[in-house]
Amino acid sequence: MSKLILTVDDSASMRMLLKTSLTAQGYRIESANDGQHGLERMDEVKPDLLITDINMPKMDGFELIEAVRARHEFRGTPILVLSTEFSDEKKARARSAGATGWITKPFEATKLGAAIRRVCP
Amino acid sequence: MSDELDEIQAIFFEECTEGLTTAEQGLSAMQAGDVSAETIAGVFRAVHSIKGGAGAFGHADLTAFAHKFENVLDEVRAGKIAPTPGVVKVMLSSFDVLSDHVETAKGLAPRPNDAAALAALEKVLADKGAADESGAAPAPAPAPVIEAAPAPAVAEDEFGFTPVAFSLDDFDAPAAPAADAASWTIRFKPSRAALANASEPMLLIRELETLGATIESVDVSDVPPLRDLDPEDAYFTWVLSMPGDVPRNDIDDCFDFVAPDSLIEITRNEVEAPAPAFIPVPVIEATAPEAALEDLIPFVPVMATIEDLTAQVQQVVADLAATPMTPTPAPAPVESAAPKPASEASQTIRVDLAKLDLLLNLVGELVIRNSILADRLSPADRQRVELPELARLTRQIQDNVMSLRAQPIKQAFSRVPRMLRDLSAETGKQIELETVGETTEVDKGVIEKIGDPLTHMIRNAADHGLESTEERLAAGKSPVGTIKLSAEQKGARIFVRVQDNGRGINRERVKAKAIEKGIISPDAVLSNEEIDQLICAPGFSTAETISNISGRGVGMDVVRSNVEALGGRVEIHSVPGEGTTFTMILPLTLAILDGMIVRLASQRFVLPLAHVLETVQPEPGQVKRTSPDTEVIDMRGEYVPVKRATEIFGLNDDRLVEDSLVVIVESEHGKVGLVVDTIDDRREVVIKSLDQNLHPIRGLGGATILGDGSIALILDIEALVASTSRYTPKGLAA
Repeated sequence: MSKLILTVDDSASMRMLLKTSLTAQGYRIESANDGQHGLERMDEVKPDLLITDINMPKMDGFELIEAVRARHEFRGTPILVLSTEFSDEKKARARSAGATGWITKPFEATKLGAAIRRVCP
Repeated sequence: MSDELDEIQAIFFEECTEGLTTAEQGLSAMQAGDVSAETIAGVFRAVHSIKGGAGAFGHADLTAFAHKFENVLDEVRAGKIAPTPGVVKVMLSSFDVLSDHVETAKGLAPRPNDAAALAALEKVLADKGAADESGAAPAPAPAPVIEAAPAPAVAEDEFGFTPVAFSLDDFDAPAAPAADAASWTIRFKPSRAALANASEPMLLIRELETLGATIESVDVSDVPPLRDLDPEDAYFTWVLSMPGDVPRNDIDDCFDFVAPDSLIEITRNEVEAPAPAFIPVPVIEATAPEAALEDLIPFVPVMATIEDLTAQVQQVVADLAATPMTPTPAPAPVESAAPKPASEASQTIRVDLAKLDLLLNLVGELVIRNSILADRLSPADRQRVELPELARLTRQIQDNVMSLRAQPIKQAFSRVPRMLRDLSAETGKQIELETVGETTEVDKGVIEKIGDPLTHMIRNAADHGLESTEERLAAGKSPVGTIKLSAEQKGARIFVRVQDNGRGINRERVKAKAIEKGIISPDAVLSNEEIDQLICAPGFSTAETISNISGRGVGMDVVRSNVEALGGRVEIHSVPGEGTTFTMILPLTLAILDGMIVRLASQRFVLPLAHVLETVQPEPGQVKRTSPDTEVIDMRGEYVPVKRATEIFGLNDDRLVEDSLVVIVESEHGKVGLVVDTIDDRREVVIKSLDQNLHPIRGLGGATILGDGSIALILDIEALVASTSRYTPKGLAA
């Protein structure tokens, strides 16, 4: 069974772009449109990897990561941040929240694939 | 794949439109003094999303501009730049340029000149910098308060990562070629923190192996005795060797996110001076963080020194001691903070419009079958088979399906603020916009078609309606003119109003002009309302000078014809000295028409009610023949040409006009009296397009199915009246 990835992004085009790109690389994709929805979807689909945006309405990416990490069953689940931001401050925040890796938008399919392989077997 | 991307891009452009609307509303709110964190964050997110998508689809100019704009917004969001009126003004004009960039990305406009806006944004950023320096600058603490441990934040800053803005150029650029025999030596020890974040060192090493790395050795000297071994900590240090032709950046990419926490040493071994295998000489490369952020200089990550590592270890230990072993507290209760209905992203799905149209068409059929059924049953049967209940349900389904096509009119209004800012700049008038009822929902087709009329009405109000500042002051009015844009639903109609508080219509001048242009006769007696309506007469323009704004060769007559083409009408109400209100009265939907069922030469037709002015039973002598081919009807002194069905469609009609009814209809091309046998009914009809089955027929706008199952053609009044004025009846009948 191929790996299941949950993508959380408030932009529909970004979700579709991720889905197109990752499906082509053999992953199964589920998605959610904000942090809160993402947290609900985590429980439902229990993905092998979470890829989340940072700036989202309702619950942002940092809060989502913290909430996911706080759950025992997701302690070992890799979490990648996918954001246009790249400041060290934001990355440090993501790390302390519990993120495993960071991909800067716009992403290139092969680099995204490599970043995923680095955290998710 | 390419099609798929185009499709996603189309969605991205839709999101841009939504984002721009959100941003504009937020900025307008900020202009009005609402500088709440929520409002600012909304604007930031909108611009940020546009930037993200633009990058993904390779719109470099849009990305670059959005980036600069976002920088300012981010500083405002962080409270580092105060949202003063001046700053908000810069943001509003940046917003306009951003909108232009989006149009450019869509391929609809040439690249905008954004130099001025960029400079203004730069200045806002620079001024903030200046303020920081003059004020109490957050200078780095000269000595750390906690002894022995340098502040971890410093370590974070200095050991940040590559801010690689993704671009294909990165891959095209040739990597610095290295001597064949050169190689990299990599020492890597993951941190406990990295493991806690689900980093798996083996995966990282595997990724390095795909680049060509081989494991030289594994240093296990840190592994403690079994009883001290913490299964959640990392003890191994891997030493790998990598061929020298692998670009340094590729190696750094692998370590990107784990670098600050972990021990990573990358050293280059040239052929001349091979480094010792096990004790590489660390080369520390430091980069100033601010330079790295701004300049997009290829940024070379640095390696952790032993001191930093020690500091981090101490910090981790301190953190552990300080934190009770409980799960991270749940995030702040976002829900209760501000449960705004607007931001409650309702669950939505995107549906192909064609599917909705098909559904609407089918429901239309259902409505028709329903009335056929009702016609065929006796009144007693109707009650018995619960037909009323069926009719009610059908009606509900129809309403609901139509509401699926409905969209907030906000979309049509969204262009207005920008337009008014431009108009204000062009005319030097101060204009304030007030918007009411943006959430009123209208059929998508209607929204798409009222853009142009609305634009024209707004331009007209700003240019002709509102006075100059001096005139206003002289008249004892506020120097700021107001344009109120409102929408409301009444029954099956939507009222869209553009109301200005300007000078009102100068009726004397309008009338004089209309006489001069031959639109009315010099002795015509007109009511105030009729004079006001002259503004919409074809070829009418009262602007004393042809201005750049509304004097573009098209006038309010185009507004009227556009609105009438939608089955609506325009009303004008003006009070001298107080202002003018233009009202577009539009149907809620384009799929259903309010019609008058008439008989022409024994056949039934539907006359769109929006065009009907009145019906008359002609008195003897009221209809006059002015030439062998032309008849007119005398309507209180105004002569209206009369059209017969015979002439229009070549039907057999030998009735006398006096035995018939004349329906006076009005269109852009003037009034016409249509001779009809009888008027049967007034009802809403479901419009069925004929386009797919027949070539366009002049004078027919479609067909409908009546309650008895028979078909009635819908008359296209515009085309009919236009024919009257442009062609001889004989030519038409042919």
